[in-house]
This record gives sequence, structure tokens and C-alpha cells, in this order.
Amino acid sequence: MRFVFKTSYDADIRWFKHGAQMFWYAILLAIMLAVPLYFMATGDPYLLGEFTSVLIFAIAGMGLMLLTGQTGLVSLGHATFMAMGCYANVLLLNAGVPWLISFPLVGLLAGVFGTIIAFPVLRLHGVYLALATLAMSILTGDFIILGEAWTGGVSGIAVPDISIFGYGVNKYANPYAYYYVVLAVVLIVLAFYRNLLRSPTGRSFAAVRDSEISAQAMGINLTRTKATSFFFSCAAAGLAGALFGHNATYVTHETFDVVMSITLLLMIVIGGLGFIHGAFLGAIVVGLIPVLIANGRSFLATTFDVNINIPGLESAMFASILIGFILFEPMGLYGRWLKIRTYFELFPFYRKDMFRRQKSYLKTERVK
Amino acid sequence: MSLLQIRNVTQRFGGVVAVNDVSMHVDEGEVFALVGPNGAGKSTIFNLLSRFYTPAGGSITFDGHDLMKLSPDQVPSLGVARTFQNIELFEQATVLQNLLVGRHRHRKTSVLAEAFFTRKVWEEERHHRHAAEQVIDFLNLQAYRDKLIAGLPYGVRKVVELGRALATEPKLLLLDEPASGLSVEETQDMAFWIEDIQKQMGITVLMVEHDMGLVSAVSDRVLALADGKELATGKPSEVQSHPAVIEAYLGTSGIAKGGTAPVRSTAEDAAQKTGDVA
Ligand SMILES: Nc1ncnc2c1ncn2[C@@H]1O[C@H](COP(=O)(O)OP(=O)(O)OP(=O)(O)O)[C@@H](O)[C@H]1O
Ligand SMILES: [Mg+2]
Repeated sequence: MRFVFKTSYDADIRWFKHGAQMFWYAILLAIMLAVPLYFMATGDPYLLGEFTSVLIFAIAGMGLMLLTGQTGLVSLGHATFMAMGCYANVLLLNAGVPWLISFPLVGLLAGVFGTIIAFPVLRLHGVYLALATLAMSILTGDFIILGEAWTGGVSGIAVPDISIFGYGVNKYANPYAYYYVVLAVVLIVLAFYRNLLRSPTGRSFAAVRDSEISAQAMGINLTRTKATSFFFSCAAAGLAGALFGHNATYVTHETFDVVMSITLLLMIVIGGLGFIHGAFLGAIVVGLIPVLIANGRSFLATTFDVNINIPGLESAMFASILIGFILFEPMGLYGRWLKIRTYFELFPFYRKDMFRRQKSYLKTERVK
Repeated sequence: MSLLQIRNVTQRFGGVVAVNDVSMHVDEGEVFALVGPNGAGKSTIFNLLSRFYTPAGGSITFDGHDLMKLSPDQVPSLGVARTFQNIELFEQATVLQNLLVGRHRHRKTSVLAEAFFTRKVWEEERHHRHAAEQVIDFLNLQAYRDKLIAGLPYGVRKVVELGRALATEPKLLLLDEPASGLSVEETQDMAFWIEDIQKQMGITVLMVEHDMGLVSAVSDRVLALADGKELATGKPSEVQSHPAVIEAYLGTSGIAKGGTAPVRSTAEDAAQKTGDVA
């Protein structure tokens, strides 16, 4: 009898709200699938490599978004879980484990590792949790040096190629196949992400984020929910780390440093906290701005013969863009898009303070 | 046997004795109201029932279970749902999502099954949505269904919070000042809903309320509390005219109103307000 309402409930549960939405995402997917063809035609896969890096960061971004955007737990140490994934992957591959087994295993290991790390820090809130994870991130390099026998320490370690049923995939030798491998991982992580969000687990994440006290009053176990969020978040970070390793082909104790942890957090803030699109938009901004700056510089040099050689200029520009975002668009890029879309949908009835939080008035809790 | 039994419960905060040796019981099917001046310890009793605090002494049993043995997140599984005096909704989620969180105690699927979104998860989701949709119909929340809480007016939030508690399908509903901050019309609606919750859904209600009009309109029994101590228990009219209760109100805010017993006066104009309910 509950199936009487089947169609309308299913519309709410499905990944896409309606046909039009599905259509646009299908187009997007088609473009993503076709991108390498363009580069094959031009014969210069350099930009495709940048594209692939963006996707790898988007995977890590989805992981951190689940933890920070959905569950409200701020981590300034996600590069550590990427490092964990990367080194575990290298060790497994070097031990002769096929990539198709080692790669999922790495996700599992990073997830378990993250959950174990999570338990002692779960009692911490807000900025204290951020500081604890930051400390972890600072120590990561030292631990990698300490584990020199496995990690190669300061001198680093080479990352073996991906091999799928004997078919080797290397970023340089075969950038197109490498791109498709990364894209496949993106889609798988995305599917898990969306599934979790539309089920009780995802709602319990949001509940813990917005009000721990009433989450408990609804029967949600705080520790278990946070640990679950850490598990999936770190698993995604671990997978991203493994792919990052393949991308870098060589990693040292400095690869996964604090700056990477901070960049990951900035990335999802810029993209828009709490929106899955935010992970992607943030990755695009963080991944492509340095490319744009470098291109702009060489453009000036070749076209106008203007050579700008200020040390640290790129970092400074990058940082100012990030700061600008955080100051002027706290809802992130995706929030900006939502505003623009609403503007056009409601034209000409859009009000300037439509997205401002409404104040809820409480006459008084005291008797008059 | 009573559904809820509180025996000699005491709760201290440093030097403050917020609840002082209070005993009470709520019977199945009744609407029971806790009244008393500010700081009487009413909300503290709710928080004790939610197990946010552990009392210095005494016992609380619900439906044959010793609540003292449970953690806060285990209490709802027995069928106790609540609202908060200061509204604790999930701000960045929609009304529907808030109600669905209320369904959490009925969750039957594992995290792993949810990650793969198996058929079973899908069917459960339909079932939860059906239940949430019934609450939306009951409380007339259709217009707000997919709106974020963060943009909703105060009155609607109060209703959503009631809805979220109802979505848990509780045996006992704890309402902390359901009418505070509501307009006269909204308070009327609240009175009707509480009656329906009791009579049609068969849910027992324990509420804290300052609006004596609402209290006398809907409650079967009232307990008056002041400074953590029980003053009187009985029918609404009996409690309002109890000398100790009048005294307690006169001793605080009553004097400002020129010496008439404020409990009476609030009750009288409120009785006109919700007269047709009573
Ligand atoms: N967490 C706490 N820590 C310290 N003191 C507290 C705490 N909670 C309540 N109190 C104190 O306990 C007393 C009872 O508070 P409580 O909130 O139960 O009152 P109330 O009857 O709900 O009042 P109101 O009508 O204002 O809501 C007050 O003196 C209050 O200051
Ligand atoms: Mg109170």
C-alpha cells in the first residue's frame, strides 16, 4: 500500500530530480568522456594532464567535503590520509599485488586508518579538531622519514605504473588511458557519495553538523556517526593519494605537506561547503589558477616582451584570490551559481537579501 | 502502571539545585503539563529525561525500562521524542530532511547497504518518506517541504520541530514550551494539534508551557514547580487556585501586575482566547 505513492517518492530518492537535470549531467559526462579525443587530435596532452590533476584533487575534495561540508568536522590534515594511501599503494604494488586489488584495498586501509586516528580526536570540536589534525599533518613528513625502510624517506620512492590485466597505464606513456582511469574513480567515489547522502547515514551527518544535541535526541550516536564520516572521507583521500602518486611518479617526505592539507580545505571552502559541486569547482580553481598565472606570464613575455620576475608572485596571487573568495563569497562558487540561477528564475523579482539568513524572532522565553 | 515514573530526582548545577527531590508520574494517554516560574527546573527535567544530565539521586523509569542505564541516543529508541525550548533544528537541511532524521530510530539498513543503495535501502527510503509525508499533511507543512530551515520564520520552525518529533512515532512526546513566541492563531493551531496527537494518535504528551490558556485547554493534569520543588499537582483549575502556586507567582513576576494573582489573570484572558478549545 505504500507503493501507491511509489512514483512521487522515487522522484525524491533518485540521483536526479528530473529529466532535464539528468540530461545536463549526461551531456557533462559525454564531454568528460570526449575530452581526450580533442587532445589526441591536437597531439599535445599537456593540458589533459592538468585536467587529470584537477580530477584527482576533486576526489580528495569529495572526501574532505563529506567530513567538513556534510558532517561539520574540520580537518587540516587530509594530506596525511593521501600520503597514507599513496605509500600503501606503492608498498602493495611493489609486493606484487595487482593494481586492481591494491587500489580498492588502499581505500579500505586509509578509511580504517582514518577511523582509528579519529577516535582520540572525536571529542574535540571546531578549531580544536582543526588544530589536532593540523599537528598530525605537520608530523606526517617526519613519520615518512622515520619509516625510511618502507617509504624511502628523504630520498623518496618511485611509484610503479598502474597495470590493469597486464595493460600498463603511465601518465607520460599513455595520458589518455590514465585520464580514463582517474575519471572512473571519480565516478565511483561520486556514486558512493550520493548514495550515502540520500540515505539515513547522510542525514545523520547533517544532523551532527547542525545540532549535536538534537541529533542525539533523534537517536543518533555521535561517535559512530563521526567515525563513519571519517572512514569514508579518509578512504576517498587515500584513493586520491594513490592516484596522486601515480601522477607524480615519484614521492618524497615533502610531497604531502601541510600546504597540501590547507589547500584541500581552502578548495572546498572556495567551491562551496556542503555542496558536492563545491568539491569540483574548488578543484578547478585550485588546479587551474596556477596554470593561468603561468600562462599569463609567458604570454606577457612572448607577446609584449614584458618579463615579470617577482619571486613568489604566483603564490601571492593565488593566496589573494583565495582570501577574496572567503571574504566576499562565503557560500563559495556553487553558492554564487545558486544565486545567479535564482536571479534568472525569479527575474525580475529577485531581492538582494534573498540568501541572507532570516532572523528568527523569539518574543521571549521569559513570562511577560 | 504509569508510562513514565520519576522518583525523588535531584539535579544540581554547582550550588544551584535545579530539581529538588521531585517525584511525578505520567499515565499512558494523558496530556501532562509542567508549569512554574522561570528557572523552576522544568527544562532541566526534560534534559534529565533525555539523559543529557545524570541526576544526583533518584530514578526514572519509562515503559518498564530504567532510563538511567541508557545514553542520550538510546532514549529515542524506547519511543521518547522531544522538542527544545530554543528550537534545535538542522538549519542547513530542508524541512523534509529534518523530518526524515526523525525517522532515524526506525532505520533498518547498514551503512554498507546504504553506500551501495541496495533495493532494501530503496524500499526503506520510500517507507520513511511516506511516514514523513503524513506528518507534513497533518501539520500543513506542504508549502515548506523543500525549504531550508535557515530561511524559515520562527512560527514555522516550531511546527517543524513538532513534526520531527512526531516522525519518530513516539509513545511519549516531550514539548518544551510549544507555544512560546507564537501568535494567538498559531497557539490555537498548536492546541488543536496537541489534542489530535493525544486523541487520534494515542501519544502521551508531557509539556512545559507558560501559556495557562493552552495548559488548561489541553492538559489533563498539571504539576506546578518552583525553585526545583513540587508545589502542587492536579487538574489545571485546582493547580491554578492552589495557594502555594499563587504565592510562587506573586513572589516573582506577579507584583508588577498590581497584586492580582497573575496565574489567574493569564488564565482568564487566555481562556477567552482558546475558549472554544476548552
Ligand atoms: N546546564 C546548566 N548549568 C548550570 N545551571 C543550569 C543549567 N541548566 C539549568 N540551570 C539552572 O537551573 C535552574 C533551572 O533551569 P531550567 O532551565 O530548568 O528552568 P525552566 O523552568 O525551564 O525555566 P524557563 O521557564 O526559563 O525555561 C536555573 O536556575 C538555571 O539557571
Ligand atoms: Mg525552560
